[in-house]
Amino acid sequence: MLFQLAWKNIWRNKTRSLVVMGSVVVGLWAGAFIIAYVFGMIEQRLKDAVENEVSHLQLHHPEFDKDNEVKYFIPNGSDAFSSIQEDQRIKAASARVVVFGMVASAQNSTGGKFIGVLPASENRVTGLEEKLTQGSYFEHDSKNRVIIGERLAEKLKVKLRSKIVLTFQDTTGSITAGAFRIIGLYKTYNSTYDETNIFVRAPDLSRLLGTDLQYHEVAMLLQDPESLEAIKSELGAQFTDTTVESWKELSPELGLMIDSFDQYMIVFIIIIMLALSFGIVNTMLMAVLERVREIGMLMAVGMNRIRVFGMIFLETLLLVLLASPIGLCLAYITIQYLGSTGMDLSGLYQEGYAAYGFKSYIYPKLEDIYYLRIMIMVTITALLASIYPAFTAVRLNPVTAIRKI
Amino acid sequence: MENDTPVIVTEQLSKIYPGPVPVHAVNDVDLKVMKGEFTALVGPSGSGKTTLLNLIGGLDYPSNGKVWIRGQEISSLSKSALIEYRLNNIGFVFQAYNLIPVLTARENIEFVMLLQKKSKQERDRRVMELLKEVDLVDQQNKRPGQLSGGQQQRVAVARALASKPAFILADEPTANLDSTTAGNLLDTMVRLNHEENMTFIFSTHDQRVIDRAHRVITLVDGSIARDQIVAVPSDHH
Ligand SMILES: Nc1ncnc2c1ncn2[C@@H]1O[C@H](COP(=O)(O)OP(=O)(O)O)[C@@H](O)[C@H]1O
Ligand SMILES: [Mg+2]
Repeated sequence: MLFQLAWKNIWRNKTRSLVVMGSVVVGLWAGAFIIAYVFGMIEQRLKDAVENEVSHLQLHHPEFDKDNEVKYFIPNGSDAFSSIQEDQRIKAASARVVVFGMVASAQNSTGGKFIGVLPASENRVTGLEEKLTQGSYFEHDSKNRVIIGERLAEKLKVKLRSKIVLTFQDTTGSITAGAFRIIGLYKTYNSTYDETNIFVRAPDLSRLLGTDLQYHEVAMLLQDPESLEAIKSELGAQFTDTTVESWKELSPELGLMIDSFDQYMIVFIIIIMLALSFGIVNTMLMAVLERVREIGMLMAVGMNRIRVFGMIFLETLLLVLLASPIGLCLAYITIQYLGSTGMDLSGLYQEGYAAYGFKSYIYPKLEDIYYLRIMIMVTITALLASIYPAFTAVRLNPVTAIRKI
Repeated sequence: MENDTPVIVTEQLSKIYPGPVPVHAVNDVDLKVMKGEFTALVGPSGSGKTTLLNLIGGLDYPSNGKVWIRGQEISSLSKSALIEYRLNNIGFVFQAYNLIPVLTARENIEFVMLLQKKSKQERDRRVMELLKEVDLVDQQNKRPGQLSGGQQQRVAVARALASKPAFILADEPTANLDSTTAGNLLDTMVRLNHEENMTFIFSTHDQRVIDRAHRVITLVDGSIARDQIVAVPSDHH
């Protein structure tokens, strides 16, 4: 009986019901979209970080991570590299000489990470060649050629074919330096990465270090990212006196960043839910106040307070249940569509995203279970919001309500 | 029936509305209404008719004194208990806004029986019976907005009867009606008073309505100024 009455009541004032339904639709849609957006962004960032920066796995000397000292070469690094290259489960591997030092131009200097690479292997792992915006990749066997990020070039005020000097300690602790000519400028989506990472040929660095060709790092991309942990422990056992780390360990800041985005997302959702509840409190309160006499009459003839409360509560619930499928469908369609086309934010906030290493293309993405969770959240919010109007109805005094007649 | 047991008894009933100048809306009213009586409550505007009816109907608490309905003291019941009490013992007809606008005439009558959790079978039977009594069988599926003022008030009377109350209390039921329609409503009430031996107590300004009453109680400044029996109750031929 209450159900039928509530159902009929919600069609009394169509505009008002549409306002409530509209807020629920927008609440659901916006809530789902924001979550999908953040998920898409995080996934994109992880993918980028793996494919462009850290790879799936890296092999180092156990001490290398701590001190980054040049003497910590991977024991038997060349053999390890060859055997990794033959492993079918590993899509690509790149062996690197890694040295930290100062990079200087005539105008400016800054700290940098010098990465000595085998050009072909490196390209298969990080796709460095594709990221070039000017110049060319290491093609000829000419010595002391360098590829730096556009950002760094700006900072050093240098151009293609300019010379820069890399200064660092060799294995004996003496300072060594080499002049390199810029043959290429690259750009990734991560401007911080672009500012620090400087690519040269591995033999050029070894020569300056005063050693034969030995490696500090072997970075690997796997055929199947799911097998990450398994391959990691296998390699760890295979290459004793080394450490094998996954991208999660190599880039703890990624995890932190994901956490902070989670928090932003929660704040956004709370704001949306607050807006939704204000909308509902307002409209349902209007619905109650417009019906003061009628509710007074109902209480006079014997409708008890639980039923009055239930009637208003049910009216809100029905509106939410009517609106939810619409909101969910809209959210689903939007997320599916933008998830396949991608959202181009380049005009919007590219610099800001790039500073965090985000592409300006985002592919929103949401697992089915989240639609259900959002719907539950919106329903609970709406029902909580209906408590105050329902309570207002219950507190009406039939005598004063009817006096208004 | 036990026509000798009073349906309504009030004793020293008073209602004072507090305020900078407290209003003594009802003053020491001693009243006894017997079963089957058809009583009009008259008096100038502000004389306390509505306040007295609210006290008798268990809609409001007296400042002093007591109300008994069929021997049960109701002024000591809690608010929730009073709602339940009203549902099962008192029929209300107000001047306006008696009906739920989204329900049909039939559903409005049925509504109180739903609140009383009566069976479908009993509800259907009783609704039909009442629709016939108030002569609205043809209009049963119309909503209040599609009915005339007089028809709406007749639905309200049927709704008041549906719960099988001890009496029906009507506060200016004809105030919004023209005199012919008011006459029709009174005919219906008188008939129900006869046929169901239903006790009515109603307030009114309308002399033609007053003329139909068996007993006329005149209130002045919250006190009973006159109490006249103008005809014997229907059952006491
Ligand atoms: N809620 C209230 N608060 C204060 N005074 C009231 C209230 N209700 C009624 N009164 C006063 O009580 C007196 C009786 O009113 P009422 O019972 O409505 O008389 P009637 O129905 O005969 O016109 C009037 O003076 C009225 O102003
Ligand atoms: Mg009055």
